[in-house]
Amino acid sequence: MTRDTSYAAVLARKNEILKTSVGLDYARFERSPIRFDYEGLLSAPGYSLAEVQRIQAETGVGRTPLVELRNVTDLVRSVSKAGKGARIFLKDERSNPSGSFKDRRASVSVYHAAKLGYRGVVCASSGNYAAAVASQAAKRNLRAIIMQEVFDSRKVGQPEILEKTRTCEAYGAEVWQLTVGPELFYVMLRVVEETGYFSASLYIPTGVLGVETLGYEVATEVKAHEGRFPDAVVVTTAGGGNVSGTARGLAKAGSGATEVIGASVDLRGLHMASDLDFNRKSFTTGHSGFSVPFMTVPDRTDVPRNAARQLRYLDRAVFVTQGEVFYATDLLAKLEGLDRGPAGNTSLAAALAIAKEMDRDEILVVQETEYTGAGKLPSSQLTFARENGIEVRRGDPRENVPGKVIVIPEGPEQIRVEDLDLTKIRRSYVEKAVGAAAGYRPTEEDVRFLAEDSKSTVEFVRSALPH
Amino acid sequence: MTDEARRGDLVQIHVVVLRPEERTANIPDCTKAVPYEAWVKGFLLDESARIGDPVRIKTFAGRELRGDLAAVNPAYDHSFGKPPVELIRASLEGRDRLGGAA
Repeated sequence: MTRDTSYAAVLARKNEILKTSVGLDYARFERSPIRFDYEGLLSAPGYSLAEVQRIQAETGVGRTPLVELRNVTDLVRSVSKAGKGARIFLKDERSNPSGSFKDRRASVSVYHAAKLGYRGVVCASSGNYAAAVASQAAKRNLRAIIMQEVFDSRKVGQPEILEKTRTCEAYGAEVWQLTVGPELFYVMLRVVEETGYFSASLYIPTGVLGVETLGYEVATEVKAHEGRFPDAVVVTTAGGGNVSGTARGLAKAGSGATEVIGASVDLRGLHMASDLDFNRKSFTTGHSGFSVPFMTVPDRTDVPRNAARQLRYLDRAVFVTQGEVFYATDLLAKLEGLDRGPAGNTSLAAALAIAKEMDRDEILVVQETEYTGAGKLPSSQLTFARENGIEVRRGDPRENVPGKVIVIPEGPEQIRVEDLDLTKIRRSYVEKAVGAAAGYRPTEEDVRFLAEDSKSTVEFVRSALPH
Repeated sequence: MTDEARRGDLVQIHVVVLRPEERTANIPDCTKAVPYEAWVKGFLLDESARIGDPVRIKTFAGRELRGDLAAVNPAYDHSFGKPPVELIRASLEGRDRLGGAA
């Protein structure tokens, strides 16, 4: 029998396809129309932190250098008030096999796929995660098929994503280069159904467990060098896996009091599914169009429940502008000798502002870098921005307009972060979670779940419930 | 760029995955107005073909796919771009604030 492969028919089979392709029955963890067993979901694959460390060691993932950015710290102190200007450390995740922390996520998921007997893995990602899945699949002798949103309808490609196509093909993956649109999910489902491969979604439990080692290393290495845990860690955030895994790893190392700060790039006003807006973004990492929607509705994913739940772990969330990220990227190269890609530099740009507020003896960690090269460097991305009609100039970053003007700061004193109102986001999270369970009256246990899932309190959740 | 390929050549195929009227509802009008398209590379399985011909390929994952021949061994042409002068000035000025040799 030939199955109907129309859009509607494939989407209607979504749950059945996903259940087979991730080897996990999510229904087991549902407790009510609102609540599910989060820790149960994360422990379902059966890997302790020690086992994750062992799996990652097999393929050369993790144990990346922790570097103190002394010159960058001095520059920050030169524009800070007396006694201010925290020491900034950087976890050089570029040293992972495919060049980013995403190897941590892919390593456990691909290991799991191999252990469960899948012959290959399918992954929908235009970013470093795609490269990580392709690289790990090569190491585990599995086939990899990658779906990437690459082109607008003129077939003009985002340079950073074109580079990701190149590197995935270098690792021997079959790469689908697609135009703009959420129907990527449809293509992914069709390919998963045709091949019987494992769906290595970013949002399955193994994708978060793999990042715990990063938070764990940050905490234990800072402690070993400095005799204390870091005061704050800045994490570039979009879908939430980086924040969730890092925060969990910090807590497992005993560093649960460390402030966890999520940073994303302000690209407000640019629609994620717009053919016209697509190439008005200069880079695609830590996009506000992902981070904020994922905070308020974490389960907007390609699996029934998202294992990455950043609102559970965030103490603070901030925006920086594209111009500030480019500036941080170039400072890292010219002051520290580290030529790195944009992903971790979103959190570095935020760190330049946040360190100014902190005391000199405090420690702030930027927990990620990524590889760079053609398509990923400021030279590629600013050239591309200009070709797409974006104005690039020096000035005050406050004059930044997403999709129109990129402003390179005059100096480090101008770098600032815009704080997101987490109280408002938490309220919106509660409203949407309750709204999605229309007609259902939340129980005390549901309220406790919502409080945990939004890092708030039972009283707060009660106040946010519709009356 | 050559517009003819022979069996075993590395080629790129083009597939219209969804026509505009088949696309999902919740997308901006500019996206809904255009087809949802895909390009995939692989080795040509047909004896010979010209650009636009319907062909079969074997992908790097070993799968057989069908589509229209879009290109023969297309280049990776994303580049390093031009040095961004404003940015270079800004970061060198930052470096100069730290002192060091003039």
